[in-house]
Amino acid sequence: MSSYAIRDSATMLRRNLLHVVRYPSMTAGVLLIPVFMMLLFRYAFGATLGAGIGTGTGGYINYLTPGIIVLAVSSASVSTAVAVNTDMTEGIINRFRTMAIARVSVLTGHVVGSVIQTVAGAVIVTGLALAVGFRPTAGPAGWLGAIGLVVLLAFACTWVSVALGLLSPNPQGASNSPLPLALLPFLGSTFVPAQAMAPGLRWFAEYQPFTPVIETLRSLLLGTPAGDKPAIACAWCAGLGVAGYLSSRALFNRGAGHSQ
Amino acid sequence: MTTTPARLAISVAGLRKSYGDQVVLDGIDLAVPEGTIFSLLGPNGAGKTTVVQILSTLINADGGELRVAGHDLAIAPDAVRAAIGVTGQFSAVDNLLTGRENLLLMADLAHLDRKEGRRRATELLERFELTEAAARPAMTFSGGMRRRLDLAMTLMIRPRILFLDEPTTGLDPRSRRDVWQIVRDLVGAGTTVLLTTQYLEEADQLADRIAVLDHGRLVAEGTADELKRQVPGAHIRLQFATQAELAAAARALNLDGPGNDEDTLTLQIPGDGSTKSLRALLDQLDAHSIEATGLTVHTPDLDDVFLALTGHGN
Repeated sequence: MSSYAIRDSATMLRRNLLHVVRYPSMTAGVLLIPVFMMLLFRYAFGATLGAGIGTGTGGYINYLTPGIIVLAVSSASVSTAVAVNTDMTEGIINRFRTMAIARVSVLTGHVVGSVIQTVAGAVIVTGLALAVGFRPTAGPAGWLGAIGLVVLLAFACTWVSVALGLLSPNPQGASNSPLPLALLPFLGSTFVPAQAMAPGLRWFAEYQPFTPVIETLRSLLLGTPAGDKPAIACAWCAGLGVAGYLSSRALFNRGAGHSQ
Repeated sequence: MTTTPARLAISVAGLRKSYGDQVVLDGIDLAVPEGTIFSLLGPNGAGKTTVVQILSTLINADGGELRVAGHDLAIAPDAVRAAIGVTGQFSAVDNLLTGRENLLLMADLAHLDRKEGRRRATELLERFELTEAAARPAMTFSGGMRRRLDLAMTLMIRPRILFLDEPTTGLDPRSRRDVWQIVRDLVGAGTTVLLTTQYLEEADQLADRIAVLDHGRLVAEGTADELKRQVPGAHIRLQFATQAELAAAARALNLDGPGNDEDTLTLQIPGDGSTKSLRALLDQLDAHSIEATGLTVHTPDLDDVFLALTGHGN
């Protein structure tokens, strides 16, 4: 039945997008944290932090925005995990399992749907950042690279969230388990450079997956030096994505699901 | 003298399934000819749903030779999936989509072309009396509507073999009759149905053959009439107002045995309940000036069969 994998995935994607269009509140809720953080750090802490890390008074929003875009991607994990988990507890998933369709289409429909939502969220956050003073220096190539990186990160976070959603016994659990993922950018170079942190935290911030992603995005949008960060960022995204995909597939195929 | 056996839609030999130490199915054999309704009857926990889950490829059996639509379940589950439809006791509709969208989703997954899908959706909405609700999200549907939508979704894919796991549990009597009629129509059109139920009446009404499942074993199999023949025959029950009258009647009718129940003041008389035997009985009572306060004619139903076979009521 693999010849129908793409057609079935497209059908499942349409189903998931219909859910989003019908019930937009969950998607909108996901944007609250990054938008709130951006406004808070732009207007409340921006002048002080900007002076502290040497970006100048007006320049902090430029430093901040790449991290906020990554935060917008990572915090969408929660809604993905909840959506997958809720879906698995619905009887319709067992119906899909008894039909001659490409099995993976149930998951790919969720993943592609979530990536579209997540990237749309990142676009909204970027637009808002431009409105409050974000002035990137990137040319077309830089923007293209930035979009590619955000999409790659969205795929990685989404596959991990799908696995977490499948692993959780109920929607409450599914809304908690991706929190470490969603909050990791806070402990990275979103608000201040890793070098400005206390030694233990600094080590963590430098080696966790989101810092190289944020640094790469910063470099693409603002022309800051990137060093080996782009390669590390891509490796992290690929690694997380593959791990998430393999665990999701194994969890989905393990049996009749936890609705039993 | 050989007769060609009807082709089997479902054949099961030695089906076993355990969860840890708990044996759920302990060697089940089933043979369901094409175009018939076969009912698995049993109390909650007998293993009915497990049989359906295994035959519909949702879970794996521990052992047994299982063929559905001519395909071995262990070797060609996708070929089995292409031939079956399943409607369970738990609703399998997408609550966030409308009635029509749910049907069109099935059409897409069955790879029907768009026009054919729309035509069929409209036709099924009509047939299941869901046309007015077609544009509403399924979460607003009543239990009966939801079950009809569920069944309509299953029929979108035109299954040759239909598994119905307690299709009317929790439905009101009218919705139950609607579902029964739909099932009869389907079988009339050539579909094979495996139906599980805990309602004896449902099995009696619908099934060509019935298997009684209890604690993971088949305790009987046959037509409703064959099963009914396995239990003691019809009797007439007389109710009296006083113990004295009960005793007098027992003496008059020469009955002094187990049918004479002093606690409930009833007397049980073997008989087929024909008007002739009733008249004779009442004449005898009249002759002794004994008056019964009530009379019921009892013919064995599947309740009796069930009680006799499983040793416990349903």
